[in-house]
Amino acid sequence: MKVFIDPPNSLILFDLIERFGHEPLSTMAALQERVDNIEIDMPPMNVTLDDVIKGLKYAGIEVPSGIRGRLAVWGPLIEEADAAVVMEGAPFSFGCVGCERSNLMVKYLLQRRNIPVLYVTYPEDEEQGKLVVAKVKEFLQGLDKKEAN
Amino acid sequence: MAELIKIAQLSCGTEYSSVQYEIEKAARSVGAKIVYPDVSAADINAAVERFGFNPRSPQLKLMIARAVQLADGLYDADAVFIATCFRCAEAALVRNELRRFIQENTRLPVVTYSFTERLKASQLLTRMEALVTIVARKELLAREKQSGLTAGLDSGSSTTKAVVMQDNKIIGKAWMPTGDVVESATSVLEEAMKMAGVELKDLEAIGTTGYGRFTLGKHFNAKLVQEELTVNSKGAVWLADRQRGEATIIDIGGMDNKAITVRDGVPDNFTMGGVCAGASGRFMEMTARRLKIDVSELGNYAVKGNWKNAKMNSYCSVFGIQDLVTTLGEGKSFEDVAAAACHSVAEQVYEQQLQEVDVRHPIIQVGGTSLNAGLVKAIGEVLGEPPIVPENSQFIGAVGGALLSSGFL
Repeated sequence: MKVFIDPPNSLILFDLIERFGHEPLSTMAALQERVDNIEIDMPPMNVTLDDVIKGLKYAGIEVPSGIRGRLAVWGPLIEEADAAVVMEGAPFSFGCVGCERSNLMVKYLLQRRNIPVLYVTYPEDEEQGKLVVAKVKEFLQGLDKKEAN
Repeated sequence: MAELIKIAQLSCGTEYSSVQYEIEKAARSVGAKIVYPDVSAADINAAVERFGFNPRSPQLKLMIARAVQLADGLYDADAVFIATCFRCAEAALVRNELRRFIQENTRLPVVTYSFTERLKASQLLTRMEALVTIVARKELLAREKQSGLTAGLDSGSSTTKAVVMQDNKIIGKAWMPTGDVVESATSVLEEAMKMAGVELKDLEAIGTTGYGRFTLGKHFNAKLVQEELTVNSKGAVWLADRQRGEATIIDIGGMDNKAITVRDGVPDNFTMGGVCAGASGRFMEMTARRLKIDVSELGNYAVKGNWKNAKMNSYCSVFGIQDLVTTLGEGKSFEDVAAAACHSVAEQVYEQQLQEVDVRHPIIQVGGTSLNAGLVKAIGEVLGEPPIVPENSQFIGAVGGALLSSGFL
C-alpha cells in the first residue's frame, strides 16, 4: 500500500515503511521526479510557477507562496495515499517541511482523507524508540491484513 | 576576471515559490553570486537562543543560524539579502529583526524583500545592483566633492533631470516630463549646458541613473551608469550638506519610493516600494488631475487644508481616487482633500517603507515630490519631526551622477 509519511522527508520513517513491505510517499520521491525532469529548469527543487498556482487547490491566494508551493508537492501525495504514519513532536533534524503553517496544513489534509493514520510520539529514549518501531510495524502489518481481506 | 561579490541569502520559502532562480539570476547580472552561510544542525538551537526569538518554522530558525554565522564573522560575505514570503506574519517578524541584528553586529549592507511567486529578476535588479555598488565602489561612494566639469542625467519614470557641475557647484540644471528616454535626456542636457554656458565636448564625464540609465549610458558614452539608490543617496547628502554622520533619505518617486539610511554618505540599508501606486508621486498627479489643478499647486492647497476633515486611507490608487471622489461629493474643500491625499501617501510611506529601515536623524526628503509642501508637511506630521528639504532636492539623481562621475577623472 502507499503510505504517506510525516515529516515527509524523514529518512527513518521512509526506511520503516519500505522495510515492512509498503511504498512510502515522501518528499524525496516527489522532488526526485522534478529534479530528474530535464525539461524544467527551476533550481534547486524544480518547483515551478505552475506548481505554486496548482497549490491554490489546497490554500487560497492570500496564503504565502511558499506554503502553496509546498502543498503542491505534498498535496497530491496525500491524495494518493492509502494510509499514513505521522511522527508528532519530532525535532527538525528528524525531518521537516521548513514551514510550521505547511506542517499544520499537511496534518489537516491527512485528517480529511479519512484513511488509516498512525500517530506516534517522537521517542525520547531507546525504550520508547523500540515501542515506536513496534507500533509502526503492527500498523503496517495491519494494513497488509486489510489489503488481503 | 574580477572576483564576484558574495551576497549571503537568508530566506524562507524561495525554493518552494519558484523564485530562487530569479534571485540568483538578478545577482549574476550585476556581478554577484548568492551564497549561503554554512550551518550545522547542532548550531541552530544555540543560535536561536542567542537571537532571542524562537519561531515555530524550522526554515526561519535556519535563517537565524545563518545570520549568527555572519554576525560572528564565521562566514565571509560582502552583503546580505533577506527574503521571505509576502503575507507571512511569522517570517515578516523574523525578517525585520534579522535585518536589525545584522546591522547591529556587522557593517554589511542589507536589503530585505518579501516576495510572491511572480517575482522576476528585473524587480530585484536595482536592489542587487545597489548592494554590489556599495561593496565594489566603496572608494567612489566615499567621494564628497565634485571636481572638473561633469554632468548627471536622471531618467526617472515621471521626469528626466540634468545637472551640469563644475568645481563642486551646480552651474546648469533642467528637467522635463519623461517621454522618449533619449530625446528627453538630450533636451534637458542641452538646456542645462546652455544655462552653464558649456558644450557637450567640454564635459569631462557624464553619469546616468534612473530607469533609463543603461540606454542613456550607452547613448552618451557615460563614465558612470549606476542605480538610483546609491546615486540618489550621494546627491541627497551633498545637497543637504550632510556628508558625515547618519541620516535617512526619503525619496517619494513617480513610480516607487525609496527609504535609505546612510552612514557618512554611504547607504547601508534601503527599501524600495513599488507595489502600490497609491503611495507614490503618481497618486499626487492623479489627485491634481481630479481636482483640475496643476500638480505643482497641490502642495499649496494641502498646507491650507486639514486632512482630518477628509477620509482617505486607501492602499491603492484606484480606491484612493474613489475615496477622493466620494469626499469631494460630500462637499469637502479642495484644501482638505489635497491635505488628505498628501497625508495618505505619507502614512503609506511610513507604514510600508520606514518599517523596514531604522530611521536615523536627520530625515532628508528629496525627489520631485519634495517640492510639494503639503507632502513635506505630512511626512513631518507622520514622523514627528520636519524633514530637511535641500535646495534643488528634485535634482538628487542628476547631482549624484555628476558628483560620482567626477571620480573617474
